[in-house]
Amino acid sequence: MTSLRYAVADRRKAAAADFWLRWEVLLLVLLAVVMLVNSRLSPWFLDYYNLLDSTFNFSEKAIMALSMTLIIVTRDIDLSVASIIALASVFMGLAAQAGAGVPLLVLIGLATGLLAGFANGAIITRFQIPAIVVTIGTMSLFRGIAYVVLGDTAITSYPSGFSWFGQSYLVWSIPFEFVLFLVLAAVFGFVLHFTTTGRRIYAIGNNPVAARFSGIPVDRYRLVLFTLNGLMAGLAAVLLTSRIGSTRPNIAAGWELEVITMVVLGGVSIMGGSGTISGVFIAVFVLGMMTFGLSLMNVPGIVMSVFVGVLLIASIAVPILIRRMLRREP
Amino acid sequence: MDLTALARRREVVLLVLIALLLAAVGARAPVFLTPASLGDVLTDTAILLMLACGQMAVILTRGIDLSVASNMAFTGMCTALLSKYHPELPIAVTLALAPLIGFCLGAVNGALIAWVKIPPIVVTLGTLSAYRGMIFILSGGASVVTHEFSRPYLDFPRQSLFGVSALVWIALVVCAGMAVFLNFSRTGRSLYAVGGNPLAARYVGIGIERCQFLVYCLSGTIAGLCGYLWVSRYAIAFTEVAFGYELTVIAACVIGGVSVAGGIGSVSGCLLGGLFLGIIGNALPVIQVSPFWQMAISGFVILCAVIVNSRSEARKGKLILRETEPAVQAPLQVRPETPS
Repeated sequence: MTSLRYAVADRRKAAAADFWLRWEVLLLVLLAVVMLVNSRLSPWFLDYYNLLDSTFNFSEKAIMALSMTLIIVTRDIDLSVASIIALASVFMGLAAQAGAGVPLLVLIGLATGLLAGFANGAIITRFQIPAIVVTIGTMSLFRGIAYVVLGDTAITSYPSGFSWFGQSYLVWSIPFEFVLFLVLAAVFGFVLHFTTTGRRIYAIGNNPVAARFSGIPVDRYRLVLFTLNGLMAGLAAVLLTSRIGSTRPNIAAGWELEVITMVVLGGVSIMGGSGTISGVFIAVFVLGMMTFGLSLMNVPGIVMSVFVGVLLIASIAVPILIRRMLRREP
Repeated sequence: MDLTALARRREVVLLVLIALLLAAVGARAPVFLTPASLGDVLTDTAILLMLACGQMAVILTRGIDLSVASNMAFTGMCTALLSKYHPELPIAVTLALAPLIGFCLGAVNGALIAWVKIPPIVVTLGTLSAYRGMIFILSGGASVVTHEFSRPYLDFPRQSLFGVSALVWIALVVCAGMAVFLNFSRTGRSLYAVGGNPLAARYVGIGIERCQFLVYCLSGTIAGLCGYLWVSRYAIAFTEVAFGYELTVIAACVIGGVSVAGGIGSVSGCLLGGLFLGIIGNALPVIQVSPFWQMAISGFVILCAVIVNSRSEARKGKLILRETEPAVQAPLQVRPETPS
C-alpha cells in the first residue's frame, strides 16, 4: 500500500533580480530620481528649511496612511477617513464656539474620530457587509452631517493656543506634525512587523477563514483596526484644523483617495496579506517630494493629480510587466 | 411566486419605498406630483440611471469603476471645446464622438485590469486622478460657459418627444439596451458567471479577460455619452464637473441590490435605486428642507440598504464560522512514497 506525501519545494535561492525588484528598493530608486530631477529643475528644492516646511503638506495624510495600511493588509478598505476629518473638525469647531479650552478641543477631535471609526467597524463586522460599501455610506453620512451643521458657513473662532499642533516647530525647525508622523511610523512598524498582533493581521489578510480556524478573533481585530483608523483620522483632524485654523464642510475633500494612493504605492496589496510600513513610509516621501517639486515649478494642484494617477498605475504595472518578461526569458 | 417571495425581492421593496416617498412628499407639497414636476425629476435623474447601468455591469464582474465621473467630465470638456471652436459641426459628430472618447478612456482601464492584472480599484483610482487632471491641461483651467456653446449642442437633449425630454428617451434606450444585453445575450449572461464564480466560469470556457475588458469599455462609453449630456444640460464645462459623482453612481447600484461581491444585480434594481436617490434630491427643496441635508440622507439610505441586503442573506442562529464557497485548491505536488 502506498501512502501519499506532499513534497514542498525548497525556497528558491535569492537572485540579484529579487533584490532589485523588491518594492522598497524600487521606491527608493524612484525617490532618488524624483529628488534628482527636482533639484535640477529648481534651485530652491534642496533647501533645508524648504524641505522641512514641505512636510506640512503631507504629514496629516501620512499619519492616516499608517493605520490605513493595517486596514488594507486585512483585505478591508476605509473610504470614509476624509469625511471623519470633516465630522471631527465640525465638532471641534462647535466646541470652540461654545468656549472650550485647547485640551478639550483635542479630546473632542480624537473622540469623534474614535467613535466614527468604531461605527464603521461595528456595522461591517456585525452585519458582515463588505467594508467598501459601508464606508461609501458613512463617507456620505459623516460629511453630510458636516454640511447639515455648517451649510455654507465656516468656523474660524479657535483659541490662540490651538494653533500649536499644526503650526509649531520643535528643535532644528522640524515641524511637530512631522515628528509625530515619524514616531507613529516607528510604532506602527514595530507592531506590524515585530509582534504577534502584526503577524495575525497578515494572517487575516491572507486567509480570513484559516485565520479564524486557528483561533484569531478576526472580527474583533477588524473592529479594533477600524476604530484605530477613525482615531488616526481624528488626530489628522486636530492637526489639520489647527494648521489652517478654520473648519469648512468640504475640509480634506478627496483625501481618502490620496491616502489610499500612498498605501498602494507603498506596495501594500489591495488583495490583503502583504505590504510593509517601510514601503508606505518611502511612498509618502515619493509623493510628498514629487508634489513639492511640482509646486515649486508652479504646476497647479489639479495637474499634479495626473502625475499621481500615472505614478500609481505605472509603479504597479511596470514591475508586473518586468517580471512577466523575466519569466519568459529562460 | 408567492407573496412572501415577492415581498423579499429588492425591486418590489424599492417600488413600495418609492411610492411611500412620493406619497409623503406629495402630502407636504402636492405640486411635486404633477406630471411636469415628475418629468423634471426623471430628466434630472436620467444621467444617473445610465451611469448606474454601466457601473452595474462592472460590479457584476467583481470590479469597480471609480473613474466614471472623471471620464464624464473629460469627455464633456472635449465636446464643449469642439462646440466652442467649431460651432458649424453637426450635432451627429458630437453624438458619435462623445461615446468614442469615453470608450477609449474605458478601454485604458479595461486593458490594465484584464491583461496587466492590476486590481480594478487601483487602476480606476489612478485614472480618476489622471483623467481629472487632463481636463485642466486640455482647457488650461478655463471653463466653457452658456453663450460659447453652439445652439444645437445645447438644444439637442432639451427637445421634447411625446412630452418627455430627449434626455429621458436616450436614457431609456441605453437602459433597455443594457437589460437586453445582460439578460438575453450570451456575453451578458457570462458576466454574471464571471462575477458569481470566476473559477467555474474559466472551466466552462468563458474568457474572463475579454469580459473584464468589455465591461470597462461599456462603462466608459456610457460615461462618455453622459459627459456630453451633462455639460449640455447644465450648459457649463469646467474642471470640477461631477466631482465625486462616481460614489453617487455606486450608491445607486448598491441601493438597487447589486452585490459588490459580484454576480448579483439587475437593471431594474439599478434604475429604482437611481430613481430613489433622484427623488430624494429633487424633493428636498420642494418640501423646504435645506439641500445640505441631501448628502447625509443619501449616506443614511445607503447604510440602511446594505444592512437590509445583508439581513436578507443572513441565516438564523449564531455561527462562529460561516459557510463559504470552497477555497480554490492549490495544485499540490503529490507523489507516491517509493517503497524502500
